[in-house]
Amino acid sequence: MTRDVYQFRPLNLGRWLLWSAFAFVLLMAPHVFTSSLSLTMLSQMGTAIIVCLSYNMLLGQGGMLSFGHAVYSGLGAFAAIHTLNKVGAGEWAVPVSLIPIIGGLAGLLVASLLGAVTTKKSGNTFAMITLGVGELVWNMSLMLPEFFGGEGGISSNRVVGHPFMGITFGPQIQVYYLIAVYCFICTVLMFAFTQTPLGRMLNAVRDNPERVEFIGYDTQRVRYFAFMIAGFFAGVAGGLYAINFEIVTAEVVGAQRSGAYLLFTFLGGSLFFFGPIIGAVLLVLASVMLSELTKAWLLYLGLVFLFMVMFAPGGIASLLMMNVRVAAHGLLRRLLASYAALAVTGAAVVAVFAAMVEMVYHIKLNEALGPMMKFAGMELNTRSGQTWAVAVVALLVGVGLFELVRRRFARQWHQIQEEIEARLARVPVV
Amino acid sequence: METFVVFFLNGLSYGLLLFMLSSGLTLIFSMMGVLNFAHASFYMLGAYFAYTLTGLVGFFPALFLAPLLVGLLGAAFERYSLRKVHVYGHVPELLVTFGLSYVVFECVRLIWGPANVDYRIPEVLDGPLFTIANVKADGLRFLAGAGDPALCGPAAGNSCTQFPIYRGFMALVALFMLGALWLLLTRTRIGLIIQAALTHPDMAQALGHNVPRVMMGVFGGGCALAGLAGVIGGNAFVTEPNMAASVGAIIFVVVVVGGMGSLAGAFLASLLIGLLQTFAVLADVSVATLMQGHGYIVNDAHWSYPLLKVTVSQMAPILPYLFLVLILIFRPKGLLGTREE
Repeated sequence: MTRDVYQFRPLNLGRWLLWSAFAFVLLMAPHVFTSSLSLTMLSQMGTAIIVCLSYNMLLGQGGMLSFGHAVYSGLGAFAAIHTLNKVGAGEWAVPVSLIPIIGGLAGLLVASLLGAVTTKKSGNTFAMITLGVGELVWNMSLMLPEFFGGEGGISSNRVVGHPFMGITFGPQIQVYYLIAVYCFICTVLMFAFTQTPLGRMLNAVRDNPERVEFIGYDTQRVRYFAFMIAGFFAGVAGGLYAINFEIVTAEVVGAQRSGAYLLFTFLGGSLFFFGPIIGAVLLVLASVMLSELTKAWLLYLGLVFLFMVMFAPGGIASLLMMNVRVAAHGLLRRLLASYAALAVTGAAVVAVFAAMVEMVYHIKLNEALGPMMKFAGMELNTRSGQTWAVAVVALLVGVGLFELVRRRFARQWHQIQEEIEARLARVPVV
Repeated sequence: METFVVFFLNGLSYGLLLFMLSSGLTLIFSMMGVLNFAHASFYMLGAYFAYTLTGLVGFFPALFLAPLLVGLLGAAFERYSLRKVHVYGHVPELLVTFGLSYVVFECVRLIWGPANVDYRIPEVLDGPLFTIANVKADGLRFLAGAGDPALCGPAAGNSCTQFPIYRGFMALVALFMLGALWLLLTRTRIGLIIQAALTHPDMAQALGHNVPRVMMGVFGGGCALAGLAGVIGGNAFVTEPNMAASVGAIIFVVVVVGGMGSLAGAFLASLLIGLLQTFAVLADVSVATLMQGHGYIVNDAHWSYPLLKVTVSQMAPILPYLFLVLILIFRPKGLLGTREE
């Protein structure tokens, strides 16, 4: 029998290449970015990748919008830090490299308790209940300073137990590789989960719960199992967080953290498995670098999120994949000019808008420093009407030009999509 | 006893405020299927607008203008953002309002600063409405205003509890608003069109009604209700950028406990949660004190002592959420809900 589609059998070559590349990136990253700041950021990215992927198990694969995912990662982190302290006190003998698994088990336990309640519902109600449960745990953390450490949190020391092959987890690079190994294994496991019958049923429950019930599956149970597994991986990430920072404060279970997971998983793209990985990298970049750069970063983040939901609900991953499809048909070259124009006008609009926002912030917060403000190498007088007039005119012109370019691009895009559809239709169906 | 009466009334007025918030949320949810995550943000905007407008035109004009402004903002958001997302389904709709809550939070911090603003109760409404005095050997006595100094002065030694005018005003505004809303929805032509657009959108459209515009109106109206709650709640409590987050989760609890989309259920749940939170502050008992009262020895030697020693008043913030969990276990569709999701 002949096939129309070339298949890599018995070896799925593409998949092997992709995963090897992922492992290679994890391995080589600290050798490319060698500064200590980038090493801490890489470590944070590793944990963020695990937790965002576990979150996407709910959001993308199960259609469950959770506002309380930090509960599971956070309680995992607390379980890990308490274990670390017990090991340090000589009461328990657990190797440090296995402590994330204890965090994971704690996440699993909490998710199996709370998930029994939350997964009773789906859709909007599920979202509201997870929000309530998140608030419940957050308020409990204030009530029980014995376990959550109150204001100061709980600190620990990760250099405990016997070193194994000279690995003490003292230097940050060793912690990074621990995180990298966990990150790789967890990513593989979570990808494998999507291929299991349970993972497939989860997609079915997301798409058509009624039909799934007719076939004879219990949708609540499917959601419950997925919820517990997601809780486990979130707990692993929490355990790694505890080892990485050696301090855990109550804010790790807070609503803000849950919101950040949701935001960045969505920005990365919840429709593709690899989307949350992009989201996790952005999460760390934004919370470390953007928050250094500007005080208004939450405003920018909120606006980017708003526009993303409105115009590209598939996130960055879907934007990438749409262009990959165009490139696969060899048509990307036609769009390059439009992309360049979009980038130039878009960057101009963003720059002018950011300058205006920063000027408002300067007036509000740094009034004592005088009216002059530095922005991107320029001196701006926030008190002069001239500056504002120029900014408003530049913004209007920029938006106008961007809209012109965007319309041209939209026309081209539709034309190319039609061409691709026509080409696909011409392929004889066997 | 006198504290009980006053706390009951306080709880009631807080519950009515919660209902003003949750009614808007329920209305939007049952009409459009949209869960408005930013509802509490509109509540916050109402409070801040009222603060600014009170400085410009006085409190009573602000009471009308601020909700109007909030309603217009809500309608504009529906028109230019939510409607675009509608085609993608309910989860993106919820997400877009979630994004809006970030933007509103940051804008409020930008415009009014990160600290709380000095939004005060107007002088006309400041002071006690009535005083309940527990007169020795004479029982309870209601007194208008601050009460007779002869009875309530420090020399008399009677226990007197005052009920502020503003609490009464809050309850009055809430009740008036809800009465008006009920009349609008059931007794007017506009209400009929809204109900028709809810159950039979295609037919209403075919009859020449602009259903998207009705939806925009409903969303704006719900937001205006939240704004009104902000105007009267902002000065009774604190007006600060975190007020949205602190009340947002509670109103979601109210809506789930009452039953999704049920206005009567939301009413019942709001009052229950209002009373629950008010009275919990009074109860200074914990499991530990109860057990000690029954002769058990409970001290910090046991591992569970930190858990047992938490008093009910310390637990007040989590009681609504515990209530939510209990409701979900024993009555998943909510108090008066009809649909089982």
